[in-house]
Order: sequence, then C-alpha cells, then structure tokens
Amino acid sequence: MARVAKKDELSAEQLTEFLRDMLLIRRFEEKVEDRFRAGELPGFLHVAIGQEAVCVGVCRAMGDDDVFASTHRAHGHTLARGTSPNALMAELYGKSEGCSRGYGGSMHLYDVERGNLGANAVVGGGLPAMTGAALAFQLKGEPRVAVAFFGDGATNIGTFHESLNLGQLWRVPAVYVCENNHWAESTPASQQLPIDDLALRAEAYGMRSITVDGQEVEEVYAAAGEALDHARSGDGPVFLLANTYRLTGHYVGDPQVYRDKEELRDLRENQDPLKKLRERLELSDDEWERMDEEITQLVEESVEFAKNGTDPAPEDALKNVYA
Amino acid sequence: MPELSYREAVRDALSRAMREDDGVFIMGEDIAEMGGSMGVTQGLLAEFGPERVRNTPISEMALVGAGIGAAMQGMRPVVEVMYEDFLTLAAEQVVNQAAKHRYMSGGQLKVPLTIRTQGGAGWSPGAQHAQQLEAWFVHIPGLKVVFASTPSDVRGLLWSAIYDDNPVIFFEHRTLYGIKEEVPDELEPIPLGKARVHREGEDVTVIATGRLVHEAVGAAKQAEGEGVSVEVIDPRTLQPLDEEALIDSVKKTNRCVVAHEAVTRMGFGAEVAAVIQYGAFDWLDAPIERVGAKFTPLPFAPVMEEWCVPHSDDVLAAIYRTVGRA
Repeated sequence: MARVAKKDELSAEQLTEFLRDMLLIRRFEEKVEDRFRAGELPGFLHVAIGQEAVCVGVCRAMGDDDVFASTHRAHGHTLARGTSPNALMAELYGKSEGCSRGYGGSMHLYDVERGNLGANAVVGGGLPAMTGAALAFQLKGEPRVAVAFFGDGATNIGTFHESLNLGQLWRVPAVYVCENNHWAESTPASQQLPIDDLALRAEAYGMRSITVDGQEVEEVYAAAGEALDHARSGDGPVFLLANTYRLTGHYVGDPQVYRDKEELRDLRENQDPLKKLRERLELSDDEWERMDEEITQLVEESVEFAKNGTDPAPEDALKNVYA
Repeated sequence: MPELSYREAVRDALSRAMREDDGVFIMGEDIAEMGGSMGVTQGLLAEFGPERVRNTPISEMALVGAGIGAAMQGMRPVVEVMYEDFLTLAAEQVVNQAAKHRYMSGGQLKVPLTIRTQGGAGWSPGAQHAQQLEAWFVHIPGLKVVFASTPSDVRGLLWSAIYDDNPVIFFEHRTLYGIKEEVPDELEPIPLGKARVHREGEDVTVIATGRLVHEAVGAAKQAEGEGVSVEVIDPRTLQPLDEEALIDSVKKTNRCVVAHEAVTRMGFGAEVAAVIQYGAFDWLDAPIERVGAKFTPLPFAPVMEEWCVPHSDDVLAAIYRTVGRA
C-alpha cells in the first residue's frame, strides 16, 4: 500500500486502482447494510457510503510504515489500507478469523500489521494516541507518520483540542484528518459548530491546515501526500480538512427523519465520489461492469468466508485482558 | 545499605529504568525544571535532557493518551498525573483506551504505560487535591493497580510497573514522601501481585494500604501492649490481588480488619472483605471490620479533615471490636 505517485503523475491505471478500492468499499458497505437487515450481523454498524474517496485518497498516500487510528465509521479506512474483505467481514460476524479476532467488532477494527491501531467508538478517542505514536517516531528518529481520522463532530471534544495543541507544540509527525460530513449523528453543523471553517481550529494552534474536496479522490490523495510529506520532514503536524458527504444514515437502519430528502437525493446525484471518478476516467459500461462483477464476487465470498468462520469459545472472552 | 526517602526511592527507580532502557521516558506537568510538584523528578532533567523528561501542557487527556500511543509503539512511557483527583480528567483515556486496546485488538497490541500519581489527606487542600480513588481503577479489567507504602516497596514496584507490558496505575501517597527506609544497594524488583507482611501476629489480621499501613503498624504495637497479637499485611498491588496471602493470614488469626484512607463505602476494602469471607468463611470468628474515610468530600478546616480520615486509633478500635473488647 505504498504511496504510488504524486498527483500529477497518477496514471489512468493507478486511478482505476483507486476506483476499484472505492468500489470495494461501496459494495462491501451495501452488503453490510443488507446482511444487517437480514439479522445476521450483531451490534450496530456505521457505513462509509459517500466518504470512500477520503478513505482511499489518504490511505493510498500513506507509507507502508505509517500508522492510523480510525473512528466508529471504520470499514472504509480498513479496506483502503489493505485488510482483506474476508478478515473484515469475519470480524463483523464475530468470528476468530476476524481482523480483531472477534474481540472488537465494527467499531473496534484493528490490523496492526497494516498500521491500523484501532477504530475508536469514542468520538475523538484516538487523537491522543496518534499524537503519542508520532512522538515515539520522533524520539526514535523513525521517518514515520501517525494519522488520526475523526469527524467534524469530534472537533468539539477536548481530546481534539488537547491533541492538536500538544502535537503542534512538540512538532510531532502526525496528520489529523477531519472527515467533515456535516453531521454529528443527527445534529447538523448549524447546531454544533459556531464557525463555518473548521480549519480555523487548527490554525488557532499555529498548525498548518489543508482543505480539500473530499469527493475528489485525486485531490484528497494529493493533499494527503503534501500533509504526510510535511509531517515526515519534521515541520510538524498538519490538519487535513476533507469536506465530504455521508450519503446514508448515521447507522445502518437510521430513518434520517432529521434530513431533507430532496437534498439527500441531490447529494447522491452530484456528490457521489465513485460517479465522479468513473466519469473522469471515462470508463465504458463494459469496463465498469467487469470491475463491479469482480468486486461483487469478492464481497460475496467474504460473506461466505465469514459465515463459515470459527466461533470463539465463550470462555475465550477471558483471554487478552492482560499481556 | 543506603537509606532512602520514599521520594528518593521513586526517583531512584525512574532514573535506573531510564539508564537501563532508552525507551523509558517521563512526561507530566511541571516535572522538568521544577522537578514535579512533589519534587520527585528533581535532577532528572539534568541527567536525561528535555527529550526524555518532558514538561507538558495542562492536558491530562492528551498526556495520558500520548503515553498510550508511545507505549503502543514499543516505548515504556511513565506519565505523571500531578494529583490523582486529575485522573478524572483522563478517565476516558485510561478506562476506554489504555485498558482496552489489547483486548479489542484480540491481543495484537500491548500498552506498557505507567501512570504515576499521588494523593492523600493530612494537609488541608480541600476536596479536589487529596482524594483516594484507587477503587475506581481496580474495577477496570485491563488495568493493573499498585499502591506502595514504603521506600523499598515503591522502588521495587515502580521498576516492575515500568517493565510490565500492561497499563499500570501507580498510586503514591503524599504524606509518605518523607519517610525513610534502608534499601539494598541494588534495586530488587518486586513482582506485581505479591503482598508484604509487615508484622506477624496471631489474633487479628489487618489488611492495609498506603498511609494506613503505617497507622496499622502503630495500632498493632499498642494492641500488643494489651495482649492482642496483630498481623499487618499490605497487598501493595491492588490488581492483581494476592488473595492467597490475605486468606492464609486470616485462616491463621481468624479475625480481619481492612483499612484504607479512601471512603469506606464501596471502597477497595469492600472487595477485600468479600474475598476474605468467601476464602476463609469457616475460619472467621468475628465480622470483618472496615476502616476508611467518612462518606463525605474532604473538608478544608483541619479539624474536620482530621476527623474524616482514619488514623491509628480507628484501626485500634476496629481491632478491639474483632476480639470483643470494644
């Protein structure tokens, strides 16, 4: 999952790979919705439909040794970083083959080998640890970056402010990625944010900020690359503000009574990151369908893999409490 | 053998661990030039430099959370939270993050983080600077909890906490920093989960933590003059708890007093009492007595503070109740 190229060097093949990653997330999430409604998936789930370009743009820009912390809406980051759909789906089914061995679930996805240090079900919960991971890289002289994903809602919580302040004070190699989807669960920006431009919050700490259209994967990739380079070079952390849209409810099954249906239809029509990239690539219907069939097949297989997975023994619950 | 104060013993463990291993570093509020609000880290900045002795902003969430992240990357950070009352500010990071990363990852991660903190009454700071909150943290699976009462214990236990692969909440008691004890030249690590018998006895076992260990030893001496032989045990590690040592002692004495400075109700002593009644039910000759603070925030006025928290006399009265002399 190494960074493949600078923005202006991105070839059609590479962009097609990006589209493939994004389509995998989309089809995976649709399948998750479907299986949840069928009553097969325990717990509750938050899908990243509409936010795929942020996941793929940032994760593709990261280096092999970089690490990240995700949020409750974590399937997209996890897939974009290379965790197999099988391991992810198995986790959602609570199986031992899952990426967290069945101990985590949708909101606690880990894949340490791929730098995934945990999805966090506490809003803003992962920012301090990524600040600390970045501090460790700095102290050890390792050219690595720690990336924290979070939403616009998290910019109201204390961990965000304390982490940005500390990270900038110590110039640690971190990138704070705000996926601004304009909703904190059901609460719109107008009811939770007294400012329009969230970059002001980072700038208040003297931190460099970059704002990007989160529906354009090329733009996200380029901005993330710039942010990662800045952090890695020792110039301090960067606040990457990706403006995006959640094209579904907060959780699977959310009737979204709080949302204007007309507006949502319009967003789905005009702000779908897959549609945008597909048009940009001028993919033929044939090419698109081939890709879609292949990915749909992968996702189907992941469900089969998960269903045939191993249930942990109930008493396995007592393992892994202590090292 | 050199004599060290409790404060010097903490410092000795920190500096030896930092000399031993580049991955050990310390951070906290006012710990560098000032040497910490209790003077524990004095001199460490000069020896180890500002990279490894890090002053932080007043940001307990970020401070503890940064320790978690550095620990996940293989370092062994020691974070100082100036007063344990301020652990409440970092409670989310301690309870939901540090304690759970290993578990939620199915064993992929470990968090070798030590959080040093201190508290304790006896100097009238009022309600927000002297609480004893150990019971909050022993209730969280995934955390280890230590409460050391002497210089030799604090030195050997802190070393073990730093080199443990789990998050450890390490409680120190403010009024003990000045007490002295002879310690070996070489630091002897004390394994987590092992109790210490301070005084052997036949008639009553007092299980005490922190400052109350010293109060219990004082009470035991007085009781001895009255012909009551008292055994004093300090669990030292509250999680994991050396249940066997405590139960065995009560099987010998048939009576038990549990004593700590924290509020009695729902305190750590309640769990100890449950462990004893289950493990030594047939051996008990009297109800288990509990000694702790009254169920009130700590008041400011010295006469009220003094009255609220337990002392040697309270332990002695409890001892006498168990032998029917109250």
